Amino acid sequence: MTIKDIRDILMAELVVGEEWGDREVHTACGSDMMSDVLAFMKDQSVLLTGLCNLQVIRTCEMMDIICIVFVRGKLPDEAMIEMAKEKEIAILTSGHRMFSACGMLYEKGLRGGPDYK
Amino acid sequence: MNNDIIVMTYEVPADDFTRAGEASSSVKGKLKKMGVNPDIVRKVAIAMYEGEINMVIHAFGGTIDVIVSPEEIMMILKDQGPGIEDIELAMQAGYSTAPDNIRSLGFGAGMGLPNMKRYTDDMKIESILGVGTTVTMRVSM
Repeated sequence: MTIKDIRDILMAELVVGEEWGDREVHTACGSDMMSDVLAFMKDQSVLLTGLCNLQVIRTCEMMDIICIVFVRGKLPDEAMIEMAKEKEIAILTSGHRMFSACGMLYEKGLRGGPDYK
Repeated sequence: MNNDIIVMTYEVPADDFTRAGEASSSVKGKLKKMGVNPDIVRKVAIAMYEGEINMVIHAFGGTIDVIVSPEEIMMILKDQGPGIEDIELAMQAGYSTAPDNIRSLGFGAGMGLPNMKRYTDDMKIESILGVGTTVTMRVSM
């Protein structure tokens, strides 16, 4: 699944990263707690979150997460957009709620990786 | 990578949540440029970032030294904060003393110290109440 596929499935708006839309996403993680996200190490992931602050971008930078989906219509501010551009992290915003957005991507074959151990 | 030992030192500012992570971001960029294995870079970045966030939330900031040698990367995080009363309890996944306003910012789930241990090959915490805490972490090359 690519970033553009995620945009289409979630009827989302691509706020940052039009040029990276063809990048492949292999796994997903949905959480508002950044330490839960940091406990999960996977390549080429997308993060779905309702939390909208600069530390979301920082967390994704540390994890090499390539795309963020802000659910419930949350919009990043200028500082977040600038940091995401600099770190090459795509940002999508979707009006769907977390549970629905995760379910829609799961239905199309995206998975969350192995259980936490 | 050559055989030199490289030392990087950072000041972590107190109470500035928006700037938390700048030191970890800088270290990540430098390690990448040095050609360190990407998995090792990610482990160091995550462990240091969790530590840096802890220093901002709990300890009025502090200093971080990162020492890169051909064998390992060592991170020494030092603060003059209140200290950790019960280190064993603090290490339990889910245990947190972070206030609610920190939880609303996405941290304080009680996963910071367990994550730091998980991503490093060795972690040592020395803490004296009222004096401060030093966390030393090592990741082998």
